[in-house]
Parts: sequence; structure tokens; C-alpha cells
Amino acid sequence: MSFLRRNLPGMLVMGIPLMWIALFMLLPYGIIVTYSFWLKKYPTFIPAFQFGNYITIFTDPQYVRVFLRTLKISVLVSAASFLLAYPFAYYLVFRCRSAALRTWLYMAVIAPLWVSYLLRAYIWKTILGTEGVLNSFLMSLGIINEPSSLFLYNQFAMVVTLTYIFIPFMVMPIYTALEKIPTNLTEASADLGMGPWRSFWTVTLPLSLPGVAAGFTLTFCLSFGDFIAPFLVGGPDGNLIANVIATQFGAALNWPLGSALAIVMLVVVLTIVSLSDRMERKGMTGGV
Amino acid sequence: MAAIIELENISKHYSPTIIGVDNVSLTVEDGEFVTLLGPSGCGKSTLLRMIGGFEEPTGGAIRLADKDVTFDPPYKREVNMVFQDYALFPHMTIGENVAYGLKTFKLDKDTVRTRVKDALMLVGLYDKLNQRPQQLSGGQRQRIALARAIVRRPKVLLLDEPLSALDAKLREQMQIELKHLHEKVGITFIMVTHDQTEALVMSDRVVVMEKGRIAQEGRPQDLYDHPASPYVANFIGTTSFLPGKVSALSGGVATIAAGGTQITAHPDVTLSEGATVTVGVRPEKVKLLAEGETADNVFEGTIAEVIYYGLGLRISVTLADGSKIDADTLLPDKLSHSTLPQSGAPVRLGVAAHNVFVFEGTVTP
Amino acid sequence: MAQKTPGLLSRFGADTAFMSFVAILMAFLYIPIWVLIAFSFNDSRSLTWPLSGFTLDWYRKLWSNSDLIAAIGNSFYVATLATVVTLAVGVPAAMVLHKFDFPGKSVFRRLILLPITLPGIVTGISMLNMFKLMGFPLSLETVILGHATALLGVVVTQVYARLQRLPPSLEEAAFDLGASPWRSFIDITLPNIRSAIIGAGLLSFVLSFDEIPVTFFLTGRDNTLPMYIYSTMRRGVTPEINAVGTIIVLLSLILIVVAVIATRERKK
Repeated sequence: MSFLRRNLPGMLVMGIPLMWIALFMLLPYGIIVTYSFWLKKYPTFIPAFQFGNYITIFTDPQYVRVFLRTLKISVLVSAASFLLAYPFAYYLVFRCRSAALRTWLYMAVIAPLWVSYLLRAYIWKTILGTEGVLNSFLMSLGIINEPSSLFLYNQFAMVVTLTYIFIPFMVMPIYTALEKIPTNLTEASADLGMGPWRSFWTVTLPLSLPGVAAGFTLTFCLSFGDFIAPFLVGGPDGNLIANVIATQFGAALNWPLGSALAIVMLVVVLTIVSLSDRMERKGMTGGV
Repeated sequence: MAAIIELENISKHYSPTIIGVDNVSLTVEDGEFVTLLGPSGCGKSTLLRMIGGFEEPTGGAIRLADKDVTFDPPYKREVNMVFQDYALFPHMTIGENVAYGLKTFKLDKDTVRTRVKDALMLVGLYDKLNQRPQQLSGGQRQRIALARAIVRRPKVLLLDEPLSALDAKLREQMQIELKHLHEKVGITFIMVTHDQTEALVMSDRVVVMEKGRIAQEGRPQDLYDHPASPYVANFIGTTSFLPGKVSALSGGVATIAAGGTQITAHPDVTLSEGATVTVGVRPEKVKLLAEGETADNVFEGTIAEVIYYGLGLRISVTLADGSKIDADTLLPDKLSHSTLPQSGAPVRLGVAAHNVFVFEGTVTP
Repeated sequence: MAQKTPGLLSRFGADTAFMSFVAILMAFLYIPIWVLIAFSFNDSRSLTWPLSGFTLDWYRKLWSNSDLIAAIGNSFYVATLATVVTLAVGVPAAMVLHKFDFPGKSVFRRLILLPITLPGIVTGISMLNMFKLMGFPLSLETVILGHATALLGVVVTQVYARLQRLPPSLEEAAFDLGASPWRSFIDITLPNIRSAIIGAGLLSFVLSFDEIPVTFFLTGRDNTLPMYIYSTMRRGVTPEINAVGTIIVLLSLILIVVAVIATRERKK
């Protein structure tokens, strides 16, 4: 309705978000892109146009190692979340016969999102620590004789903690995708002589893939940029990219390198988002 | 009677190739019930939405009571719309829904109350005043939508497929009710539908649309008896088409070779001898001839199929030249299998000359 | 039929397997929270099993911790304003996405939704760079701007989804009945998306209240609650944090209940 676009409220409605995005997203991104080409010159940095920062990131083994470690952790977190979330969502949508129970269980998984993210990381620090709840519990049962340092300050602890924190982001899209599958499709498949397993592999799973893709995207991207959990439970060898970025803007005071790292992170996230967008479109599901 | 709506060369081109409405001119008289009829995608809804102000034409002008309203937004036009999905506000009661349109008139409370009451009485649902739309049935919601539009006393009431969401029985009942309502309130009605029965039953005038243009307009009976094209003949009612060739002309009578025989007809168009034409015959005008019976035109053929549809039979007949023609017949009082026509049996069909449509050219309907 | 019994049996077996799986997942999600709560009442400074005795000392200590009280105040200030701002920008943005077609719309959509997947650290440092460059001193207000930007996607997705479910004919009917675009928004659109706005607002409030990555880079001298807890954690694990945590869990629970009640759609 074009008369909407001509009047003042219409302009305002368009203007506010557009200006906000220009001022607080495009401009800041533009600035870090610019910074990423600058030179560090102790004690500050100077304008320049050179790829030194990027070259450092991709050649210095220190950064390459952190990058690969971050990738590995994020993939593991996504995979672990998927293995927990999919059967759960499947149970809720197709197996759970009581609508009330379904609502409660769904809420129970989503509710932790409302509980402080920091706390959820902190809990695992108290549980997995050498002096922590798990160690003392196992000792009181006589399973182990002395506190084990096996649980905390390693990649295992990070994967457990990040999975715990981000699993709702895997459950939500998969649940939505499964819910959209008309039950008559699986019935049709059964009618055509497919057993439950074959129906699942040939009908349910393919149709829920867009949801799975969205879940992977969210959990991967969120783990990829996390710096709190690594700090709390990751230990000395557990730095992820985000920790390195934070250091560049703190102690190391190398903003150009930090900006370049942030740009790399931005590019990784954008790539994954567009890949999953394409997958979702292939699955022909709508939504934002 | 004066013109209330004048459409002058109205077009809506979404892009050079995607054309919604193409150069339509139409005048609607005050108090008339006009129906825009056509299949989906023919532009009828777009045309109605342009009259309502929900879309702007890319060319032409719309006048409402002699005032140019082409680019006026809907809230400045004295027309109201009954939406296909009724669009009742779910967060308001029935009373609030109906009163909503009176807000802009700045009437005092008592007047609003009386007018809402009158409108709801008119549709027989005053007792639902304090209920919510979700509590009503489809037919009741439809009536509330009508009351909400009529309460504003618009110059023209627009109805966008108003009955399409109702089931068949209710639809028939509402057709009559709407027609009576139109007579009672005296407002001009413009309705859009794809249902030809609806159009024929309710309207004073039907505008048949095809691909964004007006294919034909006229009284229901005229359209039925004198369709201007095979498209109209087939959209309003059912028609069997036979290819033919004009073999002789004299006065208003044409002799045409078709269906393996020579038939006479009174064509609405001027023809020339030897011209290729298409002959149209409505199944309900085709008579099964008994032994010794005769008619203006007699076709001979064999029965290909017999379809039973309760009220009667539709018999599909293959003629001598291979073309097909349908004939409807009521069931005999005493139905027994022996008296039913059998497929494969030879049959003679009679059609009166004035019941034969003649169109120029060939058609593949 | 010979097949019937094994079919039933396997169905029963599958159900049991699913139930156990769900039980394990619930244990994974909720035992840690119970552990957090239990140790906030434990009278030992170390967080080791078994629990030694009941105390409310840790809660009492919170009460006299002025830094903590100040941080809580700051968090309320930040979360409230960030929610208001993000709604003021996000609701119009959702309307724009829902209603208008314009060149660059898909870029606009992607940008707005980006912060949902984009790690907060990128939003944090990019805005930090900008504020520094413009000579804008860091403060709670810069945190508010950061949060509002990061949370925009949350508001837009929720409100947009509701708008999409609203039949377009409702607004058209309002126009048809004489309402201007502004009136029809107030009278018709707003009441029908209200619960989505409230839900998005509550979620934004909670997310802003315990946001760290953006706050970490954009705050000046003032600490928000999570920043305060974070700095306490650096020094080590204490039951005091468990006590704060228990209160936060409780408040979150209340907010969830409020959100569920407020966003419940009218039943037929």
C-alpha cells in the first residue's frame, strides 16, 4: 500500500532502524575493518594500509593453533548438543502423547536461557574443579582416592560447559522444524511399506535438516566467539580466539591485530550463516 | 439513475510483463448490484481493491460520485469492504467491531449505540453484541462483517468473495440473504466471485473478466443466452463446442456444417459464407429425441458415457464426425435400468435454432 | 496376527529408552542448578561434598556488600533502558521488514539479525573502537547502546514472527473503516502484537541483565552485576557467588512465569 510510504509515520518507521543500523553497526564494522590494516607502533598504533596483521594471524603458529582449537571446540559443542537435542526434540514432537508434558519439557530446556549465562559457566567450574563437587563426591563414594585434575581446565570441561550453555539453541530450531512436518507424511511413508527406521531416514530426518542446520549455526557461532567459559574452565591451554582478541584490547594493547582477528571471526560467522541460509532455503522453510 | 462509480481506462501493471488489470472502463449505477466474475488471476480482486483504495492503479482514473478518488487512501473514501476472511478484529467485541467505523464520524454516544444496534438488527445478530468474533460461527462472522461495513452508510459496498469461506448449504442461504439486504439498504454493491451461480443469482449485472480485461458485461440472462465468446459461454454455465463451417446465409439465419450434419442457427455476429466457426450448445438445451420426434436441428450419434448426478443424467454423445456433445436430461419418474440410456446405444439429439451459439474462429476450450 | 505382540513390545522398549534419555538430559540440565543452590546454604567456605551444615551467612554477607548492591542497581538501570531502546528500534524494524519492499531489504534484514549469531565480542570491540575514535567516554550509557544493538535481533525475530501471523486484511479493514495508518497501528496492530512485544521485552531485559561480552568492552568505571561477579570469580570460587546465583535463579524463574502469563495468547 503505497500511501503508507508517503506519510510521516511511515518515514519515521523506516528511518529509525535504518539510522540505528548505519550508526551502530555499519560504522563500527567499517572502523574495525580500517583498524585491521593499521600498524602497531609501541606504545600506540598508526594508520596504514598493509596486510601484516592478517599475515600474522594465518602464519604465526601461535594464532593458527588457537584458531584450530576454537574450530575443534565449536564443532564438538555443536555435535554434542545435536546428539542430545535431536532425540529429545523427536521425543517431544512424535512420541510424547501428553500435550502438558510436552510443554513442560520444552520449557524446562529453554528456561536455562533465562538464567544468567555467567552463572551457568560458573556452576561447572565449581562442579569440575579439583576441590570441586564432582571430585569430592566421587571420593566420598570411594571411586577415587585423591582429587583428580582430569575434569577441569581442559578441553573436555570446555565442551561440557559450552554444551550445557548453548543446548537450548539446538533444541529450539530442531523442535520447530520437526513440528512443521505433517504427521500424514510419516503415515504415508508407513503406508508405502517403510518401517519406522526407514521412514525416519527417508522422510523425517531430511525434512528436519533446515532446523538442524539452524541449530548447528547458532551453537557453532556462539561457541566460536565465547571467551567467558574458556577463561573459567579452559585452563592455561584453553584460550580460544575470543580470549586472544580480548587480550589484544587489554594487556597486549594491539588494537590493529585484535581488529583483524575480529574481522576473521566476523567473516567465519557470516560464511556459516549464509551457508545455513542456503540450506534452509533448499529445505523451503520460511521464517526470518 | 446516476453513475456512482466510474472506472476510466484503469490499468495495473506490476511490471511490463506482469499485468493485473488492463485498460478497464466500467460505470456502475447508483443502487446497482454488480458482480465481477472470473477465474483466479483474472484481475477481478485487484480491480475491487483499487476501488477500495488498497492498491493504486498505474493508469486511468476512478471517480466516486463524480469525485476523482484514484489516489485517495481507503480511509478517505466513502466505500467499504467486506473482506474474504471477514477481518473482524479479534481483540474487540462484536459491538466494538461494528462501532469502530463510526469513530471517525465523531458522533455522540447515543447515536453510535443506535446505529450499531440498527446494523446488528439488520443482520439479526444484536444478541451477540458483547461476544468476541472467535465465539461466532462462519456465517455469523460474515454477517457481522456486513454490519460493520454497512453501519458507515457507504456510497458503495465492496464484497471480496464474501461467501467463499462458507460451506455449500450456508452459501446458498447467504446468497438470498445478501440479495435481500441489498434491496433493503439500497446501497450499491460490487462483489467479486469466481462462482458463476453466485453471480447469476445475486447480481443485476455481471462483468466477466479474462486476463485483466472485461470479456463481457450484461444482465445475467443476457450473458447466459448470448455469450460473446466461447470463454464466457464456458465460464457461465457449461457448453459443448463443435467445429463448423458456414455453408449458407440468408437474413439472420445461418446454415452451418457441424457435427456431421447441417444445422441452422441465429448468430449474434455477422458471418461470411465459408467461414470457420465454432458452434456452442448448452447440455440443458439438448433434448433426447424419441422415435419419430423432431427438432430444428437433429444430431445423430452414439452414447459414449452416462453420468448420474442425482437430479438427472448427463449423457455424453459422440457424433458422426467424431466431435462430442453433452446432453442433460431429467430422470424419468419411474426409474428402471431398462429405460436408462446405455453406452454404445445410438441416439438422436434435438436442439432449437435459437439455442445454438455461433462464434467466429476455432476454439479449443 | 503374529506381529502384534513384538510390535507392542518394541514400542514399549523404544518408549522406555526415550524416557530414560529425557531423564538423563533433565539431570544434566538441572542437577548443576541444584548444586549451585545447595552450596549457597552450606556453612563451609569450600565447595566440597558432603554438605556440612545449614547457614544463611552467605546471604547476610551479600546484604552488607555495597559494591554488589551498586552493581545490581547499575544492572537494573542498564537492562531497563536497553530494553526500552531496543524495543523502540526493533518494533519499527520488524514493521519495516513485514510491510515494505525496498532495495537492500535483504541486507537490512541480515544486518539486524546478525547479532543473534555474531559473538558479542565483535559487537563489543567494534563499538568500543567507534566510541574511542569519536572521543565518547565509556560509561553505562555506552553499555546501553551496545546492548540495544546486540539485542535488536531478538526483538525483531519475535515481533516479526507475530506480524507475519496477523492477517493483512485486519489493517486494511481498519483503513477501510476510516482509520489513518497511525490510528490503525494503535487500535489494531499494536493490541494484536502486544504479547510478542512484552515477551521480547522481558527476554531482552534478562539477556541485558546478565550480558558480559559487550559490557566487558563498553563499560567505564561502573560495574554491572555480571561484571562484578566475573571479577569476583577471578579471585576464586566462594559460596557468596552461589548465594547471588541462587537469587538470580529465583528471579529468573519469576520472570519466566511472568513472561508465560503475559505472552499467553487468548484462547478461543
